[in-house]
Amino acid sequence: MVYAVHFAVAVLACYLIAQVLTRSTWTYDSPRVAIICWQAVGLALGLAAIGLPLAVGLAPYEDGVGDALIRLASGELAPGFGLAHAALVAGGFGVGGVLIGTTVICGLRALSAQRRHRDLLTLVARDDPAAPGALVLDHPSAAAYCLPGVRPTVVVSAGTLSLLDRAQLAAVLSHERAHADERHDLVLLPFTALVRALPWVEWVRAARDTVALLVEMRADDRARRLHMDGALAAALLRFAAAPSRVTPAGALGIAEGPATRPLPITLSVADSHLDARVRRLLTSGRPPRIRGAVALGITATLVVTTVALFVG
Amino acid sequence: MMRLGELERAVMDVLWDRGTPLTVREVAEALRNRELAYTTVMTVLDRLAGKEMVERERAGRAWSYRPAASREAYIAQLMLDALDLSSSRDAALVRFARSVSGTEAEVLRAALAEEAAGGKGTTSGEEAADGKD
Repeated sequence: MVYAVHFAVAVLACYLIAQVLTRSTWTYDSPRVAIICWQAVGLALGLAAIGLPLAVGLAPYEDGVGDALIRLASGELAPGFGLAHAALVAGGFGVGGVLIGTTVICGLRALSAQRRHRDLLTLVARDDPAAPGALVLDHPSAAAYCLPGVRPTVVVSAGTLSLLDRAQLAAVLSHERAHADERHDLVLLPFTALVRALPWVEWVRAARDTVALLVEMRADDRARRLHMDGALAAALLRFAAAPSRVTPAGALGIAEGPATRPLPITLSVADSHLDARVRRLLTSGRPPRIRGAVALGITATLVVTTVALFVG
Repeated sequence: MMRLGELERAVMDVLWDRGTPLTVREVAEALRNRELAYTTVMTVLDRLAGKEMVERERAGRAWSYRPAASREAYIAQLMLDALDLSSSRDAALVRFARSVSGTEAEVLRAALAEEAAGGKGTTSGEEAADGKD
């Protein structure tokens, strides 16, 4: 039973660390460290969630989970190992199957959506000297995004071209290329999958949103290395304040300019993230090395301990 | 040798610009200056049909092809993806920032619905715009 207790403690520790990481703001000053911590917490949580039912089910073996599983597989039945225990062991594998399965399904869906998106881009997007290295979509709304993949594509809308000046656009393009280079889509994938698997668990959703924000901040950091901080911050603010200028299909095109009355801007969840990003760009803080190192140490220990629980 | 994507684009441009269903021969004719073999055009149209980007129907002894949706509708679809407003939330893209109101989503969706309802494969955008205002 002692292993089960250890796994339960590991799950609790993951939960608590996730709570702390969600609420921390030091992470804004070193997003890369925070992203690594989040990945460690996610990995440890997954392993502990698999290990907990396994350990409870295998308790009669009074052995490590790994060894007990080998003994069970070789046909050795420990005294007191009943149907309930077997069900728990199956449950452990079930959790593992669901976790891996959702991640794979999520990844495949994203791949197919990306393929469709890429096919459509081939047909309607154009090159533009104003946005070197990016594709342009003729639409008056402001959008800038990265289509990730082996051959990543950065896309901006005509609305973005008219919204930003040259320096701002260059900063935005660098931001998007950073997403592509560091495969931020893959960083987010397991968290998105977890939200899919546990849609009712609020803190998992909060964790996903936090990682999404950290990924943006990381890309902001990459972009600000090459451009002035002001340009990126200004671009973000312009995006936030961009009036919705969508017109019905057919009446599009940059030449027509703002086609409709600007709609009132409503601040929403996405905007609080935007606000945090702008503020850190304007007040460049020093990376909190000690806190970052402590967080890395704790989360790394958590992963190693959880793995060790399977082996030992 | 043109890349396949460029060929697909060229063929779609012909279909969109003409506005009427065309046979393979008519498309090849329109792309005469590119010196494409008839079979090449047929292959490209086949591929486009496979991706459900063109629809084909019998016209006498030959097939005729037309775009499954207008250029503007495809742009609208891409923008829904880009602004994270599409119904499938597959984490396919990484966006710079989101700044869209619900209205924007409604307008984009309405545009697509209108497209689906009628005026397929045409560029009757101005009428749609007038109807909206």
